[in-house]
Amino acid sequence: METQTIQNNSKATKTTEKISGSEAIVRCLIAEEVKVIYGYPGGAIMPVYDELYKYQDKIHHVLTRHEQGATHAAQGFARISGKVGVAIATSGPGATNLITGIADAQIDSTPMVCITGQVPSHLLGSDAFQETDIVGISTPVTKWNCQVTKAADIPAALAKAFYIAKSGRPGPVLVDITKDAQFEEFDFSYEKCTKIRSYNPIPKTEQSSLEVAAKLINEAKKPFIVWGQGVVLSEAETAFKALVEKAGIPAAWTILGASALPTSHPLNVGMLGMHGNYAPNKLTNECDVLIAIGMRFDDRVTGDLSKYAKQAKVIHFEIDPAEISKNVKADVAVLGDAKATLAAILPLIQENSHTNWHQQFKDLYEIEYQKVIKNDLHPTKEGLTMGEVINEINIQSEGEAAIVTDVGQHQMIACRYADFNKTKSNITSGGLGTMGFGLPAAIGAKMAAPEREVVSISGDGGYQMTIQELGTIFQQKAAVKIVVLNNEFLGMVRQWQQLFFDKRYASTEMTNPNFVAIAEGYYLKARKVVKRADLKEAVKEMMESKEAYFLEVCVEKEGNVFPMVPSGASVSDIRLE
Amino acid sequence: MNTEKQLYTISVYTENNIGLLNRISAIFQRRHINIESLNISPSEIDNVSRFTIVVNMIEVDVKKIIGQIEKQVEVIKAYYHTLDEIIYQISGLFKIKSELLFEEPQIQNIIKESNARIVTVNTAFFVLEKSGRKEEIAELYNKLSTFGIMQYTRSGLIAVTKDEMRISELLETYNN
Repeated sequence: METQTIQNNSKATKTTEKISGSEAIVRCLIAEEVKVIYGYPGGAIMPVYDELYKYQDKIHHVLTRHEQGATHAAQGFARISGKVGVAIATSGPGATNLITGIADAQIDSTPMVCITGQVPSHLLGSDAFQETDIVGISTPVTKWNCQVTKAADIPAALAKAFYIAKSGRPGPVLVDITKDAQFEEFDFSYEKCTKIRSYNPIPKTEQSSLEVAAKLINEAKKPFIVWGQGVVLSEAETAFKALVEKAGIPAAWTILGASALPTSHPLNVGMLGMHGNYAPNKLTNECDVLIAIGMRFDDRVTGDLSKYAKQAKVIHFEIDPAEISKNVKADVAVLGDAKATLAAILPLIQENSHTNWHQQFKDLYEIEYQKVIKNDLHPTKEGLTMGEVINEINIQSEGEAAIVTDVGQHQMIACRYADFNKTKSNITSGGLGTMGFGLPAAIGAKMAAPEREVVSISGDGGYQMTIQELGTIFQQKAAVKIVVLNNEFLGMVRQWQQLFFDKRYASTEMTNPNFVAIAEGYYLKARKVVKRADLKEAVKEMMESKEAYFLEVCVEKEGNVFPMVPSGASVSDIRLE
Repeated sequence: MNTEKQLYTISVYTENNIGLLNRISAIFQRRHINIESLNISPSEIDNVSRFTIVVNMIEVDVKKIIGQIEKQVEVIKAYYHTLDEIIYQISGLFKIKSELLFEEPQIQNIIKESNARIVTVNTAFFVLEKSGRKEEIAELYNKLSTFGIMQYTRSGLIAVTKDEMRISELLETYNN
């Protein structure tokens, strides 16, 4: 393309030349500055793989061990970098294996483009070999999708795909391309998409909404900020911190919002929701103005909606108008991109400090510390806790690591206790709760940010759902640090069985393999810790390793995660034990 | 806001796109909402389709549905209206044995009184078409059914609103 630009003395995107649809796909990716893609080859996508072979100096294709792994890796890539992750698969089972990752990206607003091969267009609808209606299947879990049956339609479809995935509230898109369209030759040119007539990604911010919101904030006696991933996605961290500090308002986060404000920030009062911190849950029902920023009042955050912040005026900063008053009625909706709206409201906000109100958070933290945190982080009883492992990682990484978690008890513990100095450091499956997310997501994260320490933390259950991606780690030499907190149970389900099903541990006990041997089978350095005395040294060895490292920590079998808002209860009914 | 369940028409202006029907109907399916009727047609603007969806819901839920419909990339705008706020028509088709026209003279009166139109007649059957409100079609159905109806079908509701829609202006603002 570069030579062409020189020869034609015009923009590369405007030149045309006859190439195949499959080459066009790769050229579109290059034009979108994609450097890494994750995927798995197969019949209907082979022409594209043939082109990837030719263009391997420009695009690095990562062969995952399962298509689900490809989507999670693309998600991890997107979440740590803010760029669009790309996954590619063949038709039929290759395409359906992407669905879990796509659904995960949809509910967690992760920008991702999935490209699937499809049977030749003359076979569509005929139950051909490896034919599946992936456009139909993926419709409810994609932000947008389409099928392409002509090579000439490929550039516009992919341009739209990248634009839609990244703009506004991000999300996954899927482009299904028939094999004949991949073979067909056409005059290629590529133009990035910057506008779609029917699509308004960033709603207009009404000045009046900013003024009403500012007045409420300025007059509030007990204001409380709850923020979510919107702050991270719009890269509004600086404006957000400025608002928190100027207004002196305690702020708490959803798990996808974690790390947008450093854990150590004095006004960061912790995690919201079912296993969040005591103070922010309790005081949600005492604040007078609740300021929600880039979050969607998920049921795991709100508990019983009929008893959620009923006393408070609610201000909702949000990019997606469909989220306004969906779960919690907003008294003031500030529509728009958080980076812009937060910057715009800042001059209207009076400097303040709500010392007494902030003290209430500190007092409740102290109660939580004595009842829960102390025992989690500095246990004196026998048996390692998940919390002390996270604490050791905090100490040795000095809060600089990106923590990638799976789903379950270890996830809640990691989110609660991990120290985050930098934004985009907590990569986890929030909305969908996808077990098996962590290990492949960590691969994508490490490849997108090789300069960062990436620590994957999983439980013994979720780890085994995508354990085959150890092969990808080995083949790619991805220096991911892998921690498995092994309690030989599907711990979160077991905890619920203990608390709500009279300890009937139905199918939650795991008879596990020799995890160290498996890691070593993939030629990874591996170690197992069973005693507290060995923990520090083992974490040190892991953190100092220049290559991938597997650390299994055998933790207490029946540890529980507290505090806990029981399912269906009010956030202020949060239990400490 | 009205807290009682009632019929609402949801009018959706969209790009003319394969698959969009699936995307929109999935929004109703997820929330377990039965669509009473659905009509898709061209609109007053070139290449813009108009969906007219009838649902029996409470207003607060209709609003949420509207938000989720508008969120779809290829949806330009969605509105909801009560039946009082629109001018609407439904069409019913009745296929009846021709011999009944002669055997049952009341049928001719029913046709006249109902303002139904005879679409076609042959020796075996004739076809009646009646446009109007749902109750009017139902009334004609009840009258004719005593004589026997060979086939009956009714269209979805189509409607125009009393208010202006201003879709062209909206598209203009999106383009700028």
